[in-house]
Amino acid sequence: MTRHKLLKRIAFYALVAVIVVFSVFPFYYAVVTSFASGTALFRVNYLPAGFDLRNYQAVLGSKNFLYSIGNSLLIATATVGLSLFLGVTASYALARVRFRGRGLLLMTILAVSMFPQIAVLAGLFELVRFLGIFNTHWAMILSYTIFTLPFTVWVLTTFMRDLPVEIEEAAIVDGASPWIIITRVFLPLLWPAMVTTGLLAFIGAWNEFLFALTFTSTESMRTVPVAIGLLSGASEQEIPWGPIMAASVIVTVPLIVLVLIFQRKIVAGLTAGGVKG
Amino acid sequence: MTDPIAGRAGGPSLRQRRQRAAFWFLAPMLFALLCVAAWPLARTIWFSLTNTTLSNLYGGEWIGFDNYLSMRTLSSGRVVWRGTLVDPAWWNAVWNTVRFSLISVGFETVLGLIVALVLNAEFRGRALVRAAILIPWAIPTIVSAKMWAWMLNDQFGILNDILLRLGLIGEKIAWTASTETAMTAVLIVDIWKTTPFMALLILAGLQMVPRDIYEAARIDGVHPVRVFFRVTLPLIKPALMVAVIFRMLDALRIFDLIYVLTPNSAATKTMSVISRENMIDFDKFAYGAAQSTLLFAIIAVFVSAYIWLGRVDLGGEGSK
Repeated sequence: MTRHKLLKRIAFYALVAVIVVFSVFPFYYAVVTSFASGTALFRVNYLPAGFDLRNYQAVLGSKNFLYSIGNSLLIATATVGLSLFLGVTASYALARVRFRGRGLLLMTILAVSMFPQIAVLAGLFELVRFLGIFNTHWAMILSYTIFTLPFTVWVLTTFMRDLPVEIEEAAIVDGASPWIIITRVFLPLLWPAMVTTGLLAFIGAWNEFLFALTFTSTESMRTVPVAIGLLSGASEQEIPWGPIMAASVIVTVPLIVLVLIFQRKIVAGLTAGGVKG
Repeated sequence: MTDPIAGRAGGPSLRQRRQRAAFWFLAPMLFALLCVAAWPLARTIWFSLTNTTLSNLYGGEWIGFDNYLSMRTLSSGRVVWRGTLVDPAWWNAVWNTVRFSLISVGFETVLGLIVALVLNAEFRGRALVRAAILIPWAIPTIVSAKMWAWMLNDQFGILNDILLRLGLIGEKIAWTASTETAMTAVLIVDIWKTTPFMALLILAGLQMVPRDIYEAARIDGVHPVRVFFRVTLPLIKPALMVAVIFRMLDALRIFDLIYVLTPNSAATKTMSVISRENMIDFDKFAYGAAQSTLLFAIIAVFVSAYIWLGRVDLGGEGSK
């Protein structure tokens, strides 16, 4: 009986080990590769083979890559700011005020977040050209709203619905207007939810590829995913794997750190966006 | 949610005031969505009915459904069909998309379920495992595509090295380049990247199952496997369904991973990839718009079926 139990335990921990190794190994291998240069790059190394910073120097020495990081930061921050601003007031209305068609409206917003982005690409391309913002940050800030805004509204609405009615009642009895209720009563309570939503929207905007690829034309306007995706050599044999891995590590480490710090909040936000529906 | 406020303080005038305020709170958001979603979608559909080209966006003429399907009888009496619906490249993309979506979501569901069950158990180091599975989720898709492209590299890739050492393959495989393995490569990366998301959604469902049920089953001596299929699975089915649908919708529109991992491979080209290619790269703007409209239609049918079948309480007004 105890032996049976021991075997079970071993099997369980073996499964745990497989899960962890499978999750972490590709990133580990990218880190190992990013520190290898020259011929070391073309030997398969399971363990770190050295500590060569040449790949990092190559990546950080290129102006365009630094521009890309700046572009991505600017675009993602602006998109998140815009979505949160529009999302907070809208989700107050959706969560707290009864009106006809509310369910339908929420359903439409959810449907928009499930949109295939390719379906709006042609129309957005025309809009971007018409507004004269092709190959500028605005093209991305505008187009990213299509997925960050519905997501923000949806998650904030589920959070706001769970806040107690009494707080709002008290404010109304004191004669507070809806605007005051949002800014003075709900906003302080919503901070945790807004951090979660903002972070998830930021990651979404930071990772977006299709719009950034289509709406930029010069290397200095590219966002990080486009810069990495299109980083290539003169031929199949000359793909600069070392610098690509270094660039990948540079843009991924901050994300991983953020995600690990905000683990609980992120899981809560993801499930609010999904399961609670 | 009930609205106790309206009746108590000030009567219907307060409710009206609140509703008016709600309108103004919603207006900016709705306007923004109109600009970035509704209008571009309408324009895409319009473009699909014209012969617009990328170089001359406003020079398109109405050609009806010719981008989708048209029939012409030649003077010789031969009938020629044209349009996306008779384009083998399009149907190849449809088949790729469907195949990719079904296989990847299938694997992700099963693996996600296993990971979720592991994370739902009490053991030392659980927090560490949960942190570890968040890593693939946090890595940008493009970055994971590049990381795996390097690992799957035919000459210097670690995967070929491992498989050779284990004696599982006889010679190095050109994972991303060969037509037989390109789809497998894409599937491996996608499953690696999105199983954590699936696991977290399922885990949230699992945590809502009351612990006493397991306790009762254990005391009654029910076999754990039986408990899983008879108790756990039915209870988490709603959460599981939502997770599957979300992933399915995501898989049907996949673009970035395939574009970067296996560029220009007919074996993996999906509907999104082929639409963009026609629209932007091949200067067949309207033709690509027609293809993306078709993809939109497929997903729209899928979403409505889901909402109708699942009767999901989207407004949170279940009590009404």
